Amino acid sequence: MAEKITIDHGVVRAPTSMRRSRPEIEKDAAHPVTVTIDGLETEVPYGTPILDAARMQGIKIPTLCFHEDLCIAGVCRICLVEVTGHSILHAACAYPITEPIEILTNTPRVRRARRHMVDLILSEHVGECYSCWRNSNCELQNLAWEYGVRSYKFGHSSEPRTEVDRSAFSVSREMDKCVLCRRCIRTCIDLQEVGVLEAVGRGHETKIGTFMDKPLGNVVCINCGQCINRCPTGALRARDPGDDIWDAIDDPKKHVVIQTAPSPRAGMGECFGLEPGTPVTDKLNTALKRCGFDKVFDTNFTADLTIIEEGTELILRLYKALVEGDEAVALPQFTSCSPGWVKYLEHFYPGMIPNLSSAKSPQQMFGTLIKTFYAEREGIDPENIVSVALMPCTAKKYECNRPEMCDSGYKDVDYGMTTRELARMIHQAGIDLPAMPDTEFDDPFGGATGSGVIFGATGGVMESALRCVIELVTGKTVENFYDHADIIPVRGMEGLRLVEIPITEVGPVPDIIKHLVPNWDWLLGAKLRVGVAHGTANAHKVMEDIKAGGPFSECHFIEFMACPGGCLGGGGQPIPTSPEIRKKRAEAIYAEDRGCEVRKSHENPAVTKIYGEFLTDGPCGEKSHHLLHTHYVARGKYID
Amino acid sequence: MIKSFVDKKLTFRDMDPDVSLKAAADMSSAEIIETVSASSLRGRGGAGFPTGAKWKFCSRAEGDQKYVVCNADEGEPGTFKDRVILTRFPHLVFAGMSIAARAVGATRGLLYLRGEYTYLREGLMAALQKRRDDGLLGDEIMGVDGFEFDIEIRMGSGAYVCGEETALIESLEGHRGEPRNRPPFTADTGMNAMPSVVNNVETFAWAAAIMEKGPEWFRVVGTDQSTGFKLFSVSGDIDRPGVYELPLGITVQELLAAVGGENAKAAVIGGASGRVVSQAEFNRKVCYEDVPTGGAVIVFGPGRDMLDVAENFLEFMCEESCGQCTPCRLGNTKLLECVRMLQEGTCSAAYLREIVELGESIHLASKCGLGQSSGNIFLSIVENFREEIMGRALGAVEPATLRS
Repeated sequence: MAEKITIDHGVVRAPTSMRRSRPEIEKDAAHPVTVTIDGLETEVPYGTPILDAARMQGIKIPTLCFHEDLCIAGVCRICLVEVTGHSILHAACAYPITEPIEILTNTPRVRRARRHMVDLILSEHVGECYSCWRNSNCELQNLAWEYGVRSYKFGHSSEPRTEVDRSAFSVSREMDKCVLCRRCIRTCIDLQEVGVLEAVGRGHETKIGTFMDKPLGNVVCINCGQCINRCPTGALRARDPGDDIWDAIDDPKKHVVIQTAPSPRAGMGECFGLEPGTPVTDKLNTALKRCGFDKVFDTNFTADLTIIEEGTELILRLYKALVEGDEAVALPQFTSCSPGWVKYLEHFYPGMIPNLSSAKSPQQMFGTLIKTFYAEREGIDPENIVSVALMPCTAKKYECNRPEMCDSGYKDVDYGMTTRELARMIHQAGIDLPAMPDTEFDDPFGGATGSGVIFGATGGVMESALRCVIELVTGKTVENFYDHADIIPVRGMEGLRLVEIPITEVGPVPDIIKHLVPNWDWLLGAKLRVGVAHGTANAHKVMEDIKAGGPFSECHFIEFMACPGGCLGGGGQPIPTSPEIRKKRAEAIYAEDRGCEVRKSHENPAVTKIYGEFLTDGPCGEKSHHLLHTHYVARGKYID
Repeated sequence: MIKSFVDKKLTFRDMDPDVSLKAAADMSSAEIIETVSASSLRGRGGAGFPTGAKWKFCSRAEGDQKYVVCNADEGEPGTFKDRVILTRFPHLVFAGMSIAARAVGATRGLLYLRGEYTYLREGLMAALQKRRDDGLLGDEIMGVDGFEFDIEIRMGSGAYVCGEETALIESLEGHRGEPRNRPPFTADTGMNAMPSVVNNVETFAWAAAIMEKGPEWFRVVGTDQSTGFKLFSVSGDIDRPGVYELPLGITVQELLAAVGGENAKAAVIGGASGRVVSQAEFNRKVCYEDVPTGGAVIVFGPGRDMLDVAENFLEFMCEESCGQCTPCRLGNTKLLECVRMLQEGTCSAAYLREIVELGESIHLASKCGLGQSSGNIFLSIVENFREEIMGRALGAVEPATLRS
């Protein structure tokens, strides 16, 4: 049914557009080059970096500034290798093979120079490992071990030199631990095209800085936390609410509830030695109960609710624009569940805020419902409820602290917590997650649908919305159009996707929205055009395309996720991250979807119930508008 | 205008840039490259890359817009000969750039002028305008169909590293001036990722001279691998500091005699990225195959403390490293700390050995030519003046007695 339109889409790997200055030789498989690496002769495509060629031969060259998601920097000089006949050593990551060469990766010169690089970095890397949050998951620590560092040849200091920047709700910076690998810069400028971080100063005064050295809380940072995921050391971290949550759990007066999003469940296993892509949802529920959380809820419930609210909003916009001819209606409608994307839009495209769906994100919808619907139903004073959200996301910390997020009369969500932070709590509690028995989610929200689960992957919100819209409009099940209700065209890891769905038949308008639209006749023969973008660099492309009147400007609905891969690649997910790891997490998410009994948001019994019992004036009604919708701030790029 | 002593015998005085350009205008690209290659002219900025080969690579590279870039970011400490060339022979330089443009098929030229030379800008702009008025820049240069080229002046902002050709291009593109990874090389992926020729001011001037006089004329002086004359900026403890034109292959001894520095203790040849030559090595030749230089010669008299020399150059390097790669950014600070330890007599022989090894690693591991040579002065001082610098530790030589 759906037709995928081929467009000149972006790639997940960092574009070099902003850094055409860092040209890389392109690989050309049609022209193989013969190389010898440590005596092993092999053929590689023209332009293959020495690092890749060596890995193909099972030779591991240590790296620090290299990251699979980022353009090549070649600055740490750890991956040094010798090329026979060359007087100097080369950085394996930055040296493309264009002619037959002999490479030596393990010579006395190479070992000594690499060791020197490690020693030099350690001389400026302030602090001790045991007080560092990256202890036991640090690339520098690993290098020091590999290179047998037993003493600091060129000194080492434990005296702090710079103040930790804790100004932002999401990301804090401890520059004493920075090794100037510039992954954060390449993440911020190239991968995300936000551009908050850049190298400033020269020589030994070089450091990573913000505009005019302003604190991170006061620049155009979107809190995506992608820099944290790619920092090899402990220089960048998320603000950890762990201790506050323990205090709440230990306080008998407090009723501590936690909602868990699908992506942490696909990633949490990595923090316990499991392969990426091992889902641990039901084990995690047990672990959370044992940690002392009073209730464990599934964020997917409000993901389903988001689909209903956001979908209804879209239908209303389309109806106003197409039937009533209201030219003021902003289309395409943009999704609003990614708080990093929302802040990106507020900073960089404030003029397009009207396009943003007013529906809150699932986290915030849940927060409001817990302190209203749930508190009422259970007879608990909302004052005593501590609401925690387990998220793959650092921007969620910022989101729950937005001043407008208090529609319940209290702070709707008290703490946004990342996968990594909860993993540490579970470790502290002495819980061996993989060994846990299964437990189901707590009522009254219960388990959710597969549609909620796939919110975690790029294209998931769109797929969920389409499953819902197709059924509501045609009156037929989506399986009539797509096998197993898998809407494959919106899935995948391409940076941008554009899909066209012709509406060839319509059915009766379902009861739930009958008061809003009389019939579907106006949609018959129309083509629903939807877009998907993940990573703000791709969002940037879409926004520029819309401004220029390109194909995305003709879309009706576009899903945006700030993080590459969607939420499963969020800034709060386990470190490391790579395209391969994200792919495996996505597989876990789609597997969970397939295993769900109910896979469509509008069929979620808890959703039907809440509209029946609590939000009685229906989707986009007055009550839901008050509790489940929000507004945005035109921030612009110019900060005081 | 800064007045400096300039050797009266500069070859450039006798050159006619118009004749050079005319000769090139009458030749094909291949013929120009052949002529320059036959002269064996090598880059006068110090690295000594064969100019003809560089032009050939660029002429073969494919690109919609090729560039000829003149590196006038004369930032090497102790170098001031480009300033003299730009002041007195700008037309020769511009002719050289135009010749290169014809050789490689470039239509745009950029002259990257050192920030501290802003006062030269106006004169250079006037010279460019005159060339446009005379039909020596623009479309159909010298009436030759398809010979199109113009030159813009862009200002540097005082970063030493921007003299490194890829950092210079980054700076020209509006980025932070930091060297790039190579390959790809500038000749095929340079300015705006297009094929580009980057040469030193003096190289362009010599290229123009060669077009007028022919490659044989150029090859008469010099050595096999280092042909022709070279301009030297000579300063320090000598009688006649200034700009000299001397044949490559001249010994340090002969050079010192020419400038009135016979009683020198040491000379830094090649500026901050050069090396220190001691008396025992004064018979060595100044040329690419022995002691290479971009033209800077700084002479130290008998009263100079070589640790002060090392400290001075390392302070420069610590500040002027672009800060990108680990060995150059951090390594040089360790070398500088070691110099200070030596000055205080607190550096053990074992630590000095470790630091010398580190210096070698800086050379092997750094990303760009500047980083690779950043420890050279220190290393050559340790090598040649070991007794003097370790003397402090033994208490044998008081630093005060060394300072005159």
